[in-house]
Amino acid sequence: MSAISKIEVLGSGCPGCKKLHELTVRAVRELGFGVEVDYVTDLDRIVGMGVMRTPVLAVDGRPVLAGFIPDVERLKEEIRKAAGA
Amino acid sequence: MDPFFPLAWAADKLVYGALGLRPGGLTGEALRFFFYDTAKILILLVVVIFAVSLIRTFLPPERIRTVIARHHPLTGHLLAAALGVITPFCSCSAVPLFLGFVQAGVPLGVTFTFLVASPMINEVALTLLWGLFGWRIAALYVTSGVLVAVFSGLVIGRLKPQKWLEPLALKAGAAGAVPGSKMAWRDRVRYARDYAADILKKIWPYLLAGIGLGAWIHGYVPAGFLAGYAGADKWYAVPLAVVAGVPLYSNAAGVVPLVRALVEKGVAVGTALAFMMAVTALSLPEFMILRRVMKPRLLAVFAGVVAVGIILTGYLFNFVN
Repeated sequence: MSAISKIEVLGSGCPGCKKLHELTVRAVRELGFGVEVDYVTDLDRIVGMGVMRTPVLAVDGRPVLAGFIPDVERLKEEIRKAAGA
Repeated sequence: MDPFFPLAWAADKLVYGALGLRPGGLTGEALRFFFYDTAKILILLVVVIFAVSLIRTFLPPERIRTVIARHHPLTGHLLAAALGVITPFCSCSAVPLFLGFVQAGVPLGVTFTFLVASPMINEVALTLLWGLFGWRIAALYVTSGVLVAVFSGLVIGRLKPQKWLEPLALKAGAAGAVPGSKMAWRDRVRYARDYAADILKKIWPYLLAGIGLGAWIHGYVPAGFLAGYAGADKWYAVPLAVVAGVPLYSNAAGVVPLVRALVEKGVAVGTALAFMMAVTALSLPEFMILRRVMKPRLLAVFAGVVAVGIILTGYLFNFVN
């Protein structure tokens, strides 16, 4: 049902990045989307997205949130918005 | 009047009342000093870190770099130093920040100014300086920090450091703010709260150790004892202080209270400032991470220029005082 094919959390291994990854996994599960949440530490990719802060939440390769850790509700909202639903 | 008089009162009650120590005695003095300082600094830190983090959510680095890139390099240097103050600089964000600046067309010299100012002038160091030394020394630290950062940026920019960058830094990247990254107020408050909690969790052991050691020195070391070793007339004190500061990277929390006690016992102010700047600005882990984007030659130049800048500022303030 979701139009999303890929969700990524990008970070440099900082504690905040791991936390965002956990929250995103939870948000995706609560939304019922059957998408894997990848954890990416490749700095090249982060900078290539034009982002200067970590952690980054990217949906289908496009950065959606950067530099802060929102609550699960906000995460769900962003993912739903990106899915166009 | 001391706005923290209720803390002074509570510290008196605790040490001379509850613990029954004699006013004016060495142990009592040292303990009172410890309790008063710890409480005062912790309160100040919570308030200041929270406030600065909240302001920071309105000035993301993506916006900062567009502002800097639009300015003439000369004003750019000053602006970069000023913006470095509010930008937190943990080693995990060093590379994205550096690359983001370079790829947005910010001149390398200006980027280095930012890179020096960002870790050196931060809200934790400033709060500690303000709380323990007073606003004059805090202002002096900001001034010298900006001086060193602009000096380093100008010198490194002159050396045409492009040839010493790793290929990763030369690739053009996408620039521009993250589209959906708008923060709601609840996100901002959460960010500020989490950030303040994170920082305090990280620094409190160093802070307590620094204040404890400082209190001990305050109580037990005779006044003027260190003047003979590190007074303003000792030329070698400043470079020595810089070398000693390098392995204590980014531990401003523990170092500032200790330095306060040392200044009280005769260490010259310029020497103390140089020491604190070396602690915050020259850090081995940061250099190891920056190695991904800079050749060893550039790292050496970077460290050397910053060290020279700090030493010169140290001499300057020893001379002026």
